[in-house]
Amino acid sequence: MALETEATAGTSLEAGARAAEPARLARSWRAVVRSLAPVILALIAGGLLLLVLGQNPVRFYVAVWQGGVESGGWQNSAVLMAPLLLIALGLIIVFRAGIWNLGYDGQYLLGAALVAGFGPSILQTWPAPLAYAVLFLVAGAAGTLWTLVPAVLKAWYETNEIITTLMMSFIGVGIANILVKGPFQDPTVNIPQTRTIPFSKLLPNLSGTRVHVGVLLALGAVVVVHYLLTRTSFGLRLQVLGANPRTARHVGISVRRVIVTSFVWSGFLIGVAAAVDVLGLWAYVRANWNPGYGDTVIPFVFLARLNPLAVVPFVAFYAVLSTGGDLAAQQANLPTDFLLVLVALILLFMTVIEYLGRRRDLGQSYLTPGLKEALRRPLVRRRPAR
Amino acid sequence: MAGTQSPERAPAIELTDITKRFPGVLANDRVSLTVRHGEVHCLLGENGAGKSTLISILSGMLRPDSGSIRVDGAEVSIRSPRDALRLGIGTVYQHSTLIPALTVLENLMLGARSRLKLDRDGARERLAEMAAMLGIDVDPEARTGDLALGRQQQVEIISALWRGSRVLVLDEPTSMLTPQGVEELQKVLRRLKERGTAVVFITHKLHEALAVGDRVSILRRGRLAGALSSEQVASSSAEDLRATIVRLMFEEETAEVAGAAELTTDLTAVEEERSVPAAEGDVFLELKSVSARGAGTEPGIEEVSLRVRTGEIVGVAGMDGNGQRALAETIAGQRRVTSGTVELFGVAVNRLSVSARQKLGLRYLTDDRLGEGIVRNLGVSLNMFLKRIGEPPFWRWGRIDRRRINAEASGLVKAFDIRTPGLEARAGTLSGGNVQKLLLARELSFDPKVVVFHKPTYGLDLKTTEHVRAVIRDLVGKGAAVVVISTDLDELIELCGRIAVLSRGRLAGIVDNGPHAVSQVGSLMIGTMEAA
Amino acid sequence: MNGLLTQSFLTALVAGGIVAAVPLMFTALGESVSERAGVLNIGLEGMMLLGAYLGFLGVYELHSEWLGFGAGIVGGLAGAAVMAVLSVSMGLDQIVVGIAITLAGEGITSVLQQAQFKGKFPGLGNPATVAIPGLSRLPVVGHSLFDQPLLVYLGIGLLALVAWVFRATSWGLNLRAAGEKPEALDAAGISVLAVRTYAVLTTGALAGLGGAYLAIVGANTFTPFMTQGQGFIAIVIAMLARGKPLWVGVSSFVFGICLSIGTALQLTSINISSDVINMLPYIAIMAALILFARGSYLPPALCLPYVRGGT
Repeated sequence: MALETEATAGTSLEAGARAAEPARLARSWRAVVRSLAPVILALIAGGLLLLVLGQNPVRFYVAVWQGGVESGGWQNSAVLMAPLLLIALGLIIVFRAGIWNLGYDGQYLLGAALVAGFGPSILQTWPAPLAYAVLFLVAGAAGTLWTLVPAVLKAWYETNEIITTLMMSFIGVGIANILVKGPFQDPTVNIPQTRTIPFSKLLPNLSGTRVHVGVLLALGAVVVVHYLLTRTSFGLRLQVLGANPRTARHVGISVRRVIVTSFVWSGFLIGVAAAVDVLGLWAYVRANWNPGYGDTVIPFVFLARLNPLAVVPFVAFYAVLSTGGDLAAQQANLPTDFLLVLVALILLFMTVIEYLGRRRDLGQSYLTPGLKEALRRPLVRRRPAR
Repeated sequence: MAGTQSPERAPAIELTDITKRFPGVLANDRVSLTVRHGEVHCLLGENGAGKSTLISILSGMLRPDSGSIRVDGAEVSIRSPRDALRLGIGTVYQHSTLIPALTVLENLMLGARSRLKLDRDGARERLAEMAAMLGIDVDPEARTGDLALGRQQQVEIISALWRGSRVLVLDEPTSMLTPQGVEELQKVLRRLKERGTAVVFITHKLHEALAVGDRVSILRRGRLAGALSSEQVASSSAEDLRATIVRLMFEEETAEVAGAAELTTDLTAVEEERSVPAAEGDVFLELKSVSARGAGTEPGIEEVSLRVRTGEIVGVAGMDGNGQRALAETIAGQRRVTSGTVELFGVAVNRLSVSARQKLGLRYLTDDRLGEGIVRNLGVSLNMFLKRIGEPPFWRWGRIDRRRINAEASGLVKAFDIRTPGLEARAGTLSGGNVQKLLLARELSFDPKVVVFHKPTYGLDLKTTEHVRAVIRDLVGKGAAVVVISTDLDELIELCGRIAVLSRGRLAGIVDNGPHAVSQVGSLMIGTMEAA
Repeated sequence: MNGLLTQSFLTALVAGGIVAAVPLMFTALGESVSERAGVLNIGLEGMMLLGAYLGFLGVYELHSEWLGFGAGIVGGLAGAAVMAVLSVSMGLDQIVVGIAITLAGEGITSVLQQAQFKGKFPGLGNPATVAIPGLSRLPVVGHSLFDQPLLVYLGIGLLALVAWVFRATSWGLNLRAAGEKPEALDAAGISVLAVRTYAVLTTGALAGLGGAYLAIVGANTFTPFMTQGQGFIAIVIAMLARGKPLWVGVSSFVFGICLSIGTALQLTSINISSDVINMLPYIAIMAALILFARGSYLPPALCLPYVRGGT
C-alpha cells in the first residue's frame, strides 16, 4: 500500500515507509505460518488419538478427503459452508468489538424454528423471492431479538456477556423446542418435527449442482461485512472498542451504541444463517436438534484473525473436514463427536503457537485486548458512571 | 549529616560495571555504585537516565547483562525478588505494591514463610514496635486503599523492614507527597540511618537530593556522569553543589536549556515573579458547584467551582488521588455530573456527550497516554483521527478516505516533530515523548478552544517538556482557555496565572501566581488534610 | 395449586434438590478457589465430564464408590493440568483454553464411551448412604437431608474448611493477593505461578469430584454431554457467592432445586412440559444476575496472566 506523502514530507517518513516493506512481507509470511500450523499440528495429534483408539489415521483422513471432496462430496461441503460462513461473520463482528457472543446456538435455533414453522404457509401464498426475503428477515430478527437482553445488560450495566448469552442460549434452545413440538408441529407425523417445506419451494440450486444459492448469499455477505469492518467508520469504532474500551470512551465513541449495534448485527447474521440452512438444505426442523455450528467455527474465526475474507478458506477446510469426517467416522465406527476433539486440539495448538509467536512479535495476538478484558469487570457494575 | 560508621565495614551494596541493554537502548552502561550502611545515597538523574532499570536490577525484577553485585562484600546473583529480599534488599516503588483491598496487617503478613495459620496478634505487636521505632502512627486494620498516599508509603517502608531488609531502595518517593509529607519522610529516613539501614534514594529533583543525601551519584543517559562523596557533600556550599550537579547532568546543554534553572528551584527558596493576566475576557469554561462520583479507589469531586477565561491558563495542583481524574473526566464528558453545572461558552453542557463537547471545541489530553489516549495496534495516522471518526472530509457517508487522512497526518507529523518510522507504524511502538506529541497533534490540530491537560509533561525528557510548554503558551496566545492539572508544582508555577488546589475532591482554594504562590499552594494542600 | 404442597412433592423436591446441588456445590467451590486467585475457569464443563466418565468407569470396573470418586478427581485434574500449563504458566488466554478444554472434554468422553460400550449405557447400583439417626426420620426433610451418601456430609464440611483456609491461613492470603494484585505477591517473594497452579488444580479436582458424583449418584450412569451446562451454572454460582463458601452452598441448593423441580412435579397433578422445566434453572440465573449481581465482586487480576516486569 503506497503512502501518499506530500512532496515536502520529511525524508524520515519516506525512508521509514520503504524500510517497512520487507518487514511487512516477513510479517505476512509469519502470519500465514501461524495460521496454518495449529491446523496441521491438530491433525497430527488427532491422528495419534486415532491410533490409540485402534484406528488407522491415514485411512481415516483419506476417507475424510473422499467424503468431503471426491465424487460430489464437495457439494455437500459447499452447502455446509453457507451457515458456517454466516455464523462466522456474526462472530467476527462482535469479537472485533471485544464482545463474546456465545449464544449462537439459541439464536440459530430460534431462527430455524420460526423459518420452519412459518415457511410452508408463506412459501405457499407468496412469490418465492418475496417469501425468502420475509423469512430471512424473520429469522434475522429472531436472532437479533435474542441478543437484545444481553446487549442491553452489557451496555448499561456492564453485565458480563459470556454468562448472559450462554444462559439465553439454553433458554432459546428450550423455546425453539417448545415451538417445534407445539404450534409448528407437523400434524401428519408422529415424530416431533415441523412440517416439511416441499422440495420445489426450497432455495434453487446452482445449475447442475446440488449447491443452493444460499452459498452465494453467504459469500456476498463476506464481502459486504469485510467492507463494513475495514472501510467504514462503524468498523473503526468497533476496532477501537475491541482494542481498548477506555480509549473508545475517551475519543468520544458511544460505547453503548457500538455494543448494541454489534450484538444486533451478530444476532441477525446468525438468524439468517439458520434461514439459509433450513430453506436450502433441511426443509424442516426436528425437536432436540442442534447442529452446533458455532462451537466448531470459533477457532477458525480466531485463526483468520477476525478477518472475513481470510475466514473463507478456513471455513472451507472445516466444511470438508466435517462432511468427510462424518462419513469417515461412521465407517470407522467412531462417534462424530470426534470432530469436537479435533477442533479443541486446533484451539489448543493455536494458543501455544500464539505464545511462541508472541515472544518475537508485538501485539500480533489472535484475540483483541477487549475480548481478554471481558471477564475482568464485575458481573454488573455497581453504579454506571456514564 | 553522614551517620557514624566504622570505615572498615564492607559497603552494604557495591555495584560494579552494571550493564543492561534493551532492544534499541542501552539503559545502563557500566554503572558502578557504592552504598554504605547508615547512609543515604541519592541517585539523581532525569527521566530516561536509567535509574529505574538500575533499581529493577537491584530488586530482582531484571538481571544485568554484565557486571557484578556485592552485598556486604560477598558477590551475589539476584535472580528474582525473592533473592533480593533474602539478601536484605527491600524496595519501595513509585507505584504502590500494596494490595488496596487488604488491610495493613494483611499486607504485612503476606509472604510470611513457614506458618500456615496467620498469626495476627504477633503481627500486630510487631507492627506497633516498628511504627514506634520510625516515629509514625498506623492503624493495622485500615484498608490500605483507603489510606492517604503518604501513609501508604510508610506502610511500604515498614513492609520492607518487616521482611528483614537492611538496604532500603526508595524510587521517587516524594512524587506523591505534600510538603509536610516530605518532611515526615525525611524524619523517617533519619531514624533509619540511626538504625544502620542503608538507603538508596532515587529522584530527579536536585533540591531533594541535597536535602537528604549523604552521597550523590548522577546518572545520565545510562552512564554514571559523576559522583559526590559524603565529604564533598558535607563540605561544599549549596550553590557550588548545585552548579556541579547541573553541570554533571547536562554538561554542554546547560547554557541553552532554559529548564535547567527549573531544576535548581527549591520549593522554599526561589520564587519568581509571574505576571497575572487581567481577569477579563469571555468565560470559556465554567464549573458551578460541580460534583461527580469517584471510580475505584480514586475519589470524585465535590462542589467544585471554577472559571477559565479566554487566553488564561488555570492550574490545578494537588497530589495524585485527590480527584484530578474525576475533574478532568467531568469536564470532558466522560463522567456524569451528579450535581452542579458545567458550562462551555455560557451554555450548560451537562447532558452533552464527549463527542458533542469535542465539536464545541473542548479538548482533553489524558495523563494515561498509552492506556487511554491511543490505540496501540493502530497506525499513527489513524490514531490522530480517532476523535473525528465519521467526520467529512475524512469519512464520506461512512466510508474512509485513507488518502486524505494520510496527507493531513503527514503534515501534522512534521508540524509537531513526531519521530515515527512511518504513518502506518503502530502507535504503541513510539517512545513516550512521541506519543505525547501525537496526542498534542490530535487534540490541538483543529480549532481547540478549551483544552484540559492532565500531567502534560510527566515522564518526558527535558527537550520534549519544553516543547510541550511552548505549545501550551502558544495555545493561549491564540485565545484558547487552558486548564493544566499537574502534580508538578514547579510546572504550574511556570505556566499558570492562577492555581487551584484540589484536596480530597474539593477545591481548597485558588491562588494567584506571584511571589508567595508556592507557600500558599503548599499550605492549601495540607490545610484541609491530616498529615499524609 | 394444591398439588404443590403435598408431602411427596416436597420430599421429592428437597431430595432431588440435594442430589442436583452436590455436583454444583463441589464444582462451584473449586471455581471460587480459582477465581480468588485470578484464574477464570471456563473449562469446568470439560473437567466435570472427564470426572464423570472416569468416575463412572471407576465404579463400573473396580466396584468401589470411593475409587470411583478418586478416579473422578483424577479426571478433573487432567483437564486442570492443561489449564495450568497453558494459561497459568504460559500465560495463554484463559477463555480460549477453557473453551478448548470444554470441547475436548465433551468430545473425548463421548468418543471413549461409545468406543467402550458401543451404544449401551450400563447403570450402576444405588449408592450407599449414611443415615443420621433420629434426624433422618423427620418428615419431608428427614430422608433427603440426613440420609445421604457420606460424600455429601464431607462436602458440606469442605465448605467450612475452605472458608477457614480463605480467612485464616497464609495460603488463603496468597490466593487473595494473586487475584487482587499479583505484582505485590511477586514483590513479596512468592511465586504467583505456583499459587495459581495449585488453585487451578484444586478446582479441577473438585470439578472432577462433582462430575463423578453426578454420574455415580445422580444418574447412576454416564451419558455423553450429561452435564448440560452445569459447569457454567457453577461459574455463575461462584461469581454470585463473591468467593464466600457459605453462599456457594446456599446458591447450589437453590439451583439444585431448579434442576430437580421437573422430576418432582411429575408427582403432582400439575402438567408442565419438560422443556419449560428444563429452562427454569437458566431463567433463574438470568433473574439472579439481573437482580443480585449488582454487588458481585471479582478480583481485579481475574483473567490476566501474570508476567513479571509488566504487561
